[in-house]
Amino acid sequence: MLASLVSISLGAILVNNFVFSQFLGICPFMGVSNKMSTATGMSVAVIFVMTLASAICWVINTYLLIPLNLAFMQTVAFILVIAVLVQFVEMFLKKSIPALYSAMGIFLPLITTNCAVLGVVLLNTQNNYNFLESVVYGFTGGVGFALALVLFASIRERLEFADYPKAFEGFAICLVSAALFALAFMGFSGMKIM
Amino acid sequence: MNRKQQLFEGVITNNPVLVQQIGLCATMAISTTLFNGLGMGLSVLIILTCCNVVVAAIRKIIPEQVRLAIFVVVIAGFVTIVDLLLQAFIPALSDALGVFIPLIVVNCIIIGRAEAFSSKNSVKDSLFDGIFQGLGYTAVLIAMCLIRELLGSGTIGGGLLNGASSFITLDGTGAGIRIFPQEYAAGILVLPFGGFLTLGFLYALMQHLLSKGAKKKDAKEKEVQE
Repeated sequence: MLASLVSISLGAILVNNFVFSQFLGICPFMGVSNKMSTATGMSVAVIFVMTLASAICWVINTYLLIPLNLAFMQTVAFILVIAVLVQFVEMFLKKSIPALYSAMGIFLPLITTNCAVLGVVLLNTQNNYNFLESVVYGFTGGVGFALALVLFASIRERLEFADYPKAFEGFAICLVSAALFALAFMGFSGMKIM
Repeated sequence: MNRKQQLFEGVITNNPVLVQQIGLCATMAISTTLFNGLGMGLSVLIILTCCNVVVAAIRKIIPEQVRLAIFVVVIAGFVTIVDLLLQAFIPALSDALGVFIPLIVVNCIIIGRAEAFSSKNSVKDSLFDGIFQGLGYTAVLIAMCLIRELLGSGTIGGGLLNGASSFITLDGTGAGIRIFPQEYAAGILVLPFGGFLTLGFLYALMQHLLSKGAKKKDAKEKEVQE
């Protein structure tokens, strides 16, 4: 049991990193990685929402959609759950933990359309994970996203002083740097527990 | 509205991927064979067109505050329809694209066009906008697939074309037309690394061409003024 959880975590963070090898959450990854402070705020928000969404969607899928033979409605149900969840988290944080809200407030609405969140939920059902495995996969997937985001933000801050051809200015050079990261993360492939 | 100009905008000057920088995840993830790229592009085109038409048709009765939620439900409905149709009729494509078909729901292209275009324009204009933007997306996917497949495995049209008796196959088994032997191909381009790199170079190319075009235009305007 523990071994399977460890291998799920290792897979989600390093071997099958959400950004660099599964291409999930690229838009927010490119959008907020230009400054370290925004990158950390987004990371915290994503870890939080991905863990919660995995847990809630697992419960809804197992106790509502499957017994009612509505499994074909998964996509619609999950995106609605995520949208409502994000809204609730935003309201809850605003009321009770204003410090955390001001840290990740503006990133929360963006998360609804982050494909890493819907992706992790769909992968959970595809892989037939149980409740604990789903939550662990959601949490560690978020950690993997955060790792990628923070690493990339630190590179992008240096890219501003780099010298490259004019045509590569802006988005193109970011993609090429991300490609090099993906190459580095390929080094983890084949790594597994037992 | 001028259709020709709208088409030019959708495919080139306001291309969803290369200029608006949205819908990147799927673009990089599935562009490994022509079969996947064409399938994904056409799925997005169909969903985008349907959503644009529906959103434009109901744009006057949607309350401003809940419009995003309504867009998402409309999109999710069409995505589910396409997902089920693919599972039933082209299962090979459904297997190859996997989780990226349901993920079209959160593809920013569709919600972006709903918000920016079809919630403000007529049904007819939105229909053409959906088709043209979808074509722009498909064009980028096909370009990515051709480059990655040719350089990464030495073939063209993998999964879709077959050198043998039946030329076009829909079960994803076609080996493609071999241009040069496998052992000379840079297999790394088919891996995630290649996705980022190819798109990066396409961006650079696009930026170069657009800036060149803008310069020419400036020069012409100056000539006219003088």
